Amino acid sequence: MNDFLLSVLILTGAIFTFIGSLGLARLQDFYTRLHGPTKATTLGVGCLLIASALYFSIRDGGVSLHEVLVSLFLFITSPVSAHLLAKAALHLRVKSLATLPTQKGDTPPKHP
Amino acid sequence: MKRLLPHPVLTVTLTILWLLLVNQFSAGQVILGALLGWLIPFSTTRFWPDPIRIHQPLALMRYFVVFMYDIVLGSFQVAYMILRGPSHLRPAFIRIPLVLKTDLAISLLANTISLTPGTVSAWLSEDRRTLIVHTLDTGDAEALVADIKQRYEAPLKRIFEGSE
Repeated sequence: MNDFLLSVLILTGAIFTFIGSLGLARLQDFYTRLHGPTKATTLGVGCLLIASALYFSIRDGGVSLHEVLVSLFLFITSPVSAHLLAKAALHLRVKSLATLPTQKGDTPPKHP
Repeated sequence: MKRLLPHPVLTVTLTILWLLLVNQFSAGQVILGALLGWLIPFSTTRFWPDPIRIHQPLALMRYFVVFMYDIVLGSFQVAYMILRGPSHLRPAFIRIPLVLKTDLAISLLANTISLTPGTVSAWLSEDRRTLIVHTLDTGDAEALVADIKQRYEAPLKRIFEGSE
């Protein structure tokens, strides 16, 4: 029963991580590509970490909570890096499928 | 009291973080964690000019549950969008006018927007009143803005800035 639960979690995690990376290859412009790896991976890695926490809690008896930390650090770093990438892209006026914001103050100053 | 313990919230958080890091719960580790949780805010006091105040701890828990639910639901939507193909997407930049004022609340809102699937916060306008967000697939931009404001911004305001 445990094995079954663990395999479901790991497979779900793997599928979502894969779809996230697939998005990186399939989507068309810089900004939409940002979405794949930051998002699908949130749930994907989450599932893998829950599986890991369960496995080690069952194997060693007691509770393994290391994984909570991994997800915490991931939740802090991944949006910050996505934000910085998007900001740098706006700064350089990277081409986008969506119309770039035009109002003054809505974008960083244009890179010369 | 305020001089001796400048950031009680931070101290408790760091203690819990330490206990998770060593992955064991014993009196010695609790004391060590508390010591670190007390010392670190002192040495980083310049990063925390304003005291962190949580007005409604219960609302924070509720916010966390809503956040988790949105991540799970949104991940399925984004996975579907990626598999369906890029030709069906309607990416857009939207402007979210902010009512939040404190740094912590704004950065938490931006992080939440980036973590919940389908949206990435891209730029905070210089006057810190507008957040520019890139969305993957938007039919109705105004509805999305209203949704984000009501779902995330309003609770964050209540939790960190108190109701005025």
